[in-house]
Formats: sequence, C-alpha cells, structure tokens
Amino acid sequence: MLQLQVNGQARQVDSDVDPKTPLLWVLRDHLGLDGAKYGCGIGQCGACTVHVNGKAVRSCQIPVSAAASQKITTIEGLANNGQLTRLQQAWIDLDVAQCGYCQAGQLMSAAALLAVKPHPTDTDIDQAMSGNLCRCATYGRIKAAIHSVSGRTTAEAEKEPIHVAGK
Amino acid sequence: MLQENKIRFDATPSQLFAQADPAKIGRRGFLKMAGAGGLALAFYLRPGSAVAAAPGAGSPLNAYVVVAPDESVTIFATNPEIGQGIKTAFAMIIAEELDADWSRVKVETASVDQKRYGNQSSGGSMSIPRNWDTLRRAGATARAMLVAAAADEWKVPAAECSTEKSTVIHAASGRKLSYGALAIKASQQVMPDASGVPLKERKNYKLLGSRVTGVDNLQVVTGKPLFGIDVRLPGMLYANYTKCPAVGGKVSSANLDEVKALPGVKDAFVLEGNGRQEEVMPGVAVIATSTWRAFTAKKALKVNWDQSQASKDNSTQAAARALDLSKGPGDHVIANVGDVDAAFEKAAKTVEAFYEYPFLCHATLEPMNTTAWFHDGTMEIWSPTQAPSRGLNQVAALLNLPEDKVIVHQTRVGGGFGRRGTNDFICEAASIAMKVNAPVKLTWMREDDMAHDFHRVAGFHAFKGALDAKGKLTGWQDHFITFTPDGKTPVRGGDLSASEFPTNVLANARITRSMMPLMIPCGSWRAPGSNGFAYAIEGFIHELAVAAGRDHLEFRLEMLGDPRWLKPGDPASLNTGRAAGVIKLAAEKAGWGKTLPKGRGMGLAFHFCHLGHVAEVAEVSVDDKKKLTVHRITVAADIGPVVNLSGAEAQCQGAALDGLSTMFGHQIDIENGRIKQSNYADYPLLRMRSAPPVDVHFIQSDYSPTGMGEPALPPVAAAVCNAIFAATGERVRRLPLSKLGYTI
Repeated sequence: MLQLQVNGQARQVDSDVDPKTPLLWVLRDHLGLDGAKYGCGIGQCGACTVHVNGKAVRSCQIPVSAAASQKITTIEGLANNGQLTRLQQAWIDLDVAQCGYCQAGQLMSAAALLAVKPHPTDTDIDQAMSGNLCRCATYGRIKAAIHSVSGRTTAEAEKEPIHVAGK
Repeated sequence: MLQENKIRFDATPSQLFAQADPAKIGRRGFLKMAGAGGLALAFYLRPGSAVAAAPGAGSPLNAYVVVAPDESVTIFATNPEIGQGIKTAFAMIIAEELDADWSRVKVETASVDQKRYGNQSSGGSMSIPRNWDTLRRAGATARAMLVAAAADEWKVPAAECSTEKSTVIHAASGRKLSYGALAIKASQQVMPDASGVPLKERKNYKLLGSRVTGVDNLQVVTGKPLFGIDVRLPGMLYANYTKCPAVGGKVSSANLDEVKALPGVKDAFVLEGNGRQEEVMPGVAVIATSTWRAFTAKKALKVNWDQSQASKDNSTQAAARALDLSKGPGDHVIANVGDVDAAFEKAAKTVEAFYEYPFLCHATLEPMNTTAWFHDGTMEIWSPTQAPSRGLNQVAALLNLPEDKVIVHQTRVGGGFGRRGTNDFICEAASIAMKVNAPVKLTWMREDDMAHDFHRVAGFHAFKGALDAKGKLTGWQDHFITFTPDGKTPVRGGDLSASEFPTNVLANARITRSMMPLMIPCGSWRAPGSNGFAYAIEGFIHELAVAAGRDHLEFRLEMLGDPRWLKPGDPASLNTGRAAGVIKLAAEKAGWGKTLPKGRGMGLAFHFCHLGHVAEVAEVSVDDKKKLTVHRITVAADIGPVVNLSGAEAQCQGAALDGLSTMFGHQIDIENGRIKQSNYADYPLLRMRSAPPVDVHFIQSDYSPTGMGEPALPPVAAAVCNAIFAATGERVRRLPLSKLGYTI
C-alpha cells in the first residue's frame, strides 16, 4: 500500500490503485481532493498543478508511485490552518476568476514563483505562468494579483527598465 | 454555495435539492403552492399570495429571496454560472431593489424548476436582458413585504418607511427594524402586485454599477468542489463513452469481454443511441471504479465501426469548393437593397476580395461530464450545462420518463462558450445510468472533447464594393458560402441575415448565399455567426477605406450615417448613434491617428451583436520574421447601464483575448469525417506571455442593460488584421495567422 504526504498529512492509497495512476487522479478520485483539475492529461494546460517538494509540477504527468515519500501540497493545503495566503486573498480581491476551473493550477504556479522570487518582474511572471492555460483569458488579472502580493501594481512593474527592455 | 460539499460528504440527493430550494427552506406549503403552475413571476410574485414562515430556517418572500432571523439574506441565482459572472450579477440586481446589506447576502444556485423560474439557461448573452425586469421585481416585492411588516408593527403608513442596508427605517419617529427581525412577519404579508411595485431610479443605485467580486471566489481559490467534474456520490462509479471518430458511424463489434476483464472495470456495453447528434450517438460505455481505470480501459477498447453512414467531410476540399463557388452568383438571395448593379456600373472604383475563416472547437478547460443516478424511478442528474431546463426535458423524452421524475442539479461550469448549450453529454450519462445500478459519473477525455464538438462553422465571403469619385461607399455585395446539414437550412453560425451591417444601412447592397453539405455537427460558439462575419466584413471595409484613400475611422463613421435606431424600440437592431459613440471612444482612448514607429500599426473594428455595441482598436507591431506583438487592445462598449463593473470589464478582456487566441492559432481540420486535432498541443490556446493588456471603457447609456459575455469578441480579429495591414501593408484574408507564417 502506498503512502503519500499530502498537505502535511499521511494519506494511505488503496492497494487496488494501479501504481502507474497519475497523482492527479489519486488526489481526485481516491483522496477526495478535487482542487487540482483535469484539463488535458498531457501536461499542456497546467490545471492539475500541485507542489511536489515546493516546486510546481503537473500532477497528470507523475505516476503516484513516484510521488510517494515526496512532500505534496495541493490548493486545499495552500492556506495555513484556514488562513488564506495573501496570494489567495489577492485573487479574491482582484476578482481574477471567470469560470475558475484553471485557477487552482494558476495559484499553485504563482505560489511556487513567489517562494523563489518574492518580487517578480513581468518577464518572470510570464515565464513562470505560461504553462498554465486560462480559457477565459484572465491573464491580466492574474498578473496584477501576483504583482499586488509583491507590493506593486502592474503599472508600476511595467515601468521597470528590465520590462521595457523585454518589449 | 456549499451544495457540492454536501454532495461529497454527507447529503442524500434529496437533501441536496433542499439546499437549493427556497420552498423547502421555507415552509412545506410553499412547495404545494408551486404546483399550482405558471411561471415564476406569474406565481411567486403574484399579488395577494401569502407565504408563512418556517421557524428557524428563514422565510421565503418569493422564489428568489429568503430572509432569516440571523440577518442573512439568501438569494437564489437561477441561471448557470459559466464564468460570465451571472450568479453574482443576478444577486446584485435583486439585492439592489431589496436594499439588502450585501455583506450579509448569501447566494445559492437555484434548483432547475421550470414552473417556478421558467427556462433556465445561459447563452446568447441573454441572461441579463431576459431577467432584468423579473429580478428587479423579485427584489422590490420582497422589500415591499418587509416594509409592510414594519409599518404594521409601528402602525404607520408604509409610505413613511424607507429601507437601507437590510433595515426598515421610519424617519419621523426614528425607529428601525432589521430585515432579520421582520423576516417572519414579512413572509405573512400579502405579496404586492409585482407589475406595479415601485422600482428604483438608476440614480439611486448603490450596488449596481459598482465593482463587486464573484460570490464563489473563496471557494475557487481554496479548491472547493464546485464543478460538474467534482461531483461525488456514495458508491459512485466512473464512465467513459467512445463514439465513432466520424460522426454517424455505428458499432459493428467491440472487444467487450476483454475490456470487462481489465482491473477496475465493472462493465462495458454498447449504446445504440437515438441517432441525434445533440443527444446520443452510438458508442461503447465503459464503467469502472475510477476515472483513470475508465480512461485506461478506453485505450484497450477496440471497436469495429460500421461507417457506411458516417461522415466523409473534408475541410480542405470544402475550402477549395467554396473558392470555386465564390466565382458564381450564389444559390439564394438573402438581401437585395436598391440597385446594386447600377451602383457598380457607376462606380469610380471597385474592390474585390475573398475572405475565409476555419472550423473551430470550443476547448472548454473542463471537459464534458455529467453525473447521473437512476433511483426510485427518478433520474437525478448533476451537470455543468448551459441549458439545464432543456436538458431535463431531453432526458425525460429520451428515457420516456415523466418530467417530474427527472431532477437536474446545475453545477458551476468550467467554461461554456456555447458548447454546453448542447446536452449530448447529459443524454449520454442518463442513458448509461439507466444500465448501471449506481450513481455514475461520465467524464470525457480531452481527446473525446475535441473529436465530438459542435463546431464553429467555417465561412467564406466573396466581397465586392463600389466607391464613387469622392471615395464614398455606394455599393456592397457579399456572396457568402456556408454549409448545410439538410440541403435546406444553413448550419448554426451560417445564418448571415439581411440585417447584418452594412447591408442594413447602405442604399445598394446585396447578400447571396451558397451552401455545401456537411454532416459534422456545428453549434453555438461565443457570438455565433458574428465571430466570423465581423472578421470578414470589418476587414473588407478597411480595404475599401484604404482604396478610397481615406482615414478608416472617418470612413467607418460615414457609413453609419445620422444617429438613428434602425428599428426604434427593438434592442436587436443597430443603433448608429451608439455605434458611433463607441467607435469614437475606442479611437480616442487608443490614441487613433498618433504617429507610430515603422513596423507598428493600429487597426479598428466595430460590431453589433447580442444587443451590444462594441468597438475595438488593436495596436500591433510585426518584425521582419513575421513575429506579431500585440501591444494593447482598447475596447469601448455600450451595453446600457453596467450591472457589475468588475464582471463586465472581465468579460471584455476575456472576450478580446479569446478572439485573439482564436484568430492567431486555431483551426480545426476535418478529414474523412474525423477531426484531426486532439488536444491543446495541436490546438494551442493563447498563453500569458502573448496576452496583451486590454483597456476597457463603457458608455453607460440609458438603454435597458444587456449582456457582455459575447459582443466584445467579434471585433478583435478584424482590429488585429487591420493593424497588421497598417504596420506592414500585408492584408490578412484568411485565418488563423499561425497558418500564414506569423508567430506570437
């Protein structure tokens, strides 16, 4: 029987689960964690993004056997004891979501970016977030929400020399 | 809002139903009254109706509003939330007239109940215009009952009372009572005549027009189960359904025994279907213990298809045929205004061009899915659909069940774009559930989703325009080539009409049509028809302006003529004054006419559809390797008074970028009746790094408010292509750009 470390808890995976099952489907169908979403199954859309050892990864591309003994965080575990992160609060306040289906994946990619770059430039954000599709195209507000957490507006960030040079 | 949590953890389906049912939240008798018939407004807002309270649980004042002693106000939002923000917008409209304290408002998704709410659907940007009046009156009648209860308590005339933030105030005596304190008494009041209840003047709005964040935002950012794909019931099984890749194919044989022997597979069986593309086509269902087991089994499934009646459609051949057809006059005259032949004979200059755009799929990020459970003689369904009322009717007819034996719960929808206006996935799930003695969740793989869409139809326009010596447009001809499923009527999205601009404003204009056969199903795709027409028509208008040697903005405004409403009072008809207003505003905000560096250009387009007037300006540059950079898109829209500024702005931004994503990189190819694209790898959506900022400006005119889900999409493609011409001199008459060597 496989054991996973998910959101700080040890979770047993039923023995009838094929070890080749992607982590995404174990989270959703067996552990009752539906925040990570199925969009493409081929690592193209990012809707299934979770953290493995703090890095944003596509959970549809990892067999559950490879995730055992790794530290897994899903959108359900992003808040600390029910206290929303500033990033989640920014997502609410800037009214980022339209349909909302991709947003768990977007948040996990953004959180992983901010963990290593607390003050990302537009280019940093583009690079970190371009693996996550949003069919409703909420990209402008996603970018603004990430900037707001780092204490800036998108307009302020746009004034940075590195960004202008990037254009 | 917590409905889906209940599904997962502890509720039976009937309790679940109660979660979203004001009648059951209130007293039992309320439900009996619902059985008396009539539509929501006709019954629930009927004058003289009295509603008694249920202790503790809150008091329904009508089908939309429940006020509870704890000061919460629960508002029931009737239409599917597909990302257009309707759940928030509907609640805002009711709360405004109710003078509810928004911070105490809870918004629940309403049950699907035709007797109570009429037809519940989200499509055509019609939710706001169709429900605006009903929702205002729902709020206003509930408010009047609260006021009547307070007036009764204080023994003062109701007219002396005012309301503010969930409180009734009697200013003369300085007395106040909260809505919570009045809840029970209010529900015992006689319901006033909804058609006569006073409504607020726009200048007194506090909530409407402000920036309000989505009512489900907290659930979204914490990953709560909200969507159809998140539904889980005790003992639930998981299904996948495999249909012939070429529509119309039937199952000859399949390795069912092999599939049934696979681990985790509970059953595999053939459905004959009813032969209706929008309901159930033949295929093989696999029932398994998990989604992954069902998907894995699908890969092992081998079906021999009888393809004698299957589609042989070929999109490449159709495009070549359309070009041939375009040289003829067209089979059918759609419009013939004035004397077009004379206009061309007298013309100082004529311009001709052939425009084409491809088939598209919807690619909603949440693939089609539905959970269905046949129990106790009832088919109970949880579905992310845009058309739950129709879904209920379809399932009842399909399974030969009375309509009161079909229950449809609407879930949040992970993207609609028109795809989920068609309920094939509900009909399939219900058909499968009839053969499975357990709740069953049907989930399509992404590949199923792309193979079995209801596509945006490809279109072809052979244009001819006449200019006089002053460079004025004096004649217009559009031979439109589309497809037909039956040889008689065009497919959805192929219904170009005589009311289309500029035929509706010009003295001499002719539209003719030719149709080619098509078996692949087509359906509504965000701004059906308009999403292609606007690209072609607005591009050709720019060509005419260039040929006339005139500024596009000035030429475009001249075409509109004097400000007038073409059919006064009809919101579906163009208002040239509103059109000119948004065109000028977009141009001004974008800095139209300013000097731009070499390789950079601006393009303009306007389109009227779905009752909305929208103009857009794109600023782009193109380098010598055809790398396109879209610097900014400026949107100006007139949809009357904006309900939720945050939501309306988001719809404009999303629609503009959806349009850009599509015109840049999307094309569905059909070969031997099969869709060649299968996933996002060969149908690439716009990514953040290529998404420009979108500036949005509204003209909040005094016309009745209309929807914003669609009308900001159609102008984008033409605005970008016209900007490419301004930047490079290269005219784009065929989409997508990625097929013409552009990169983004």
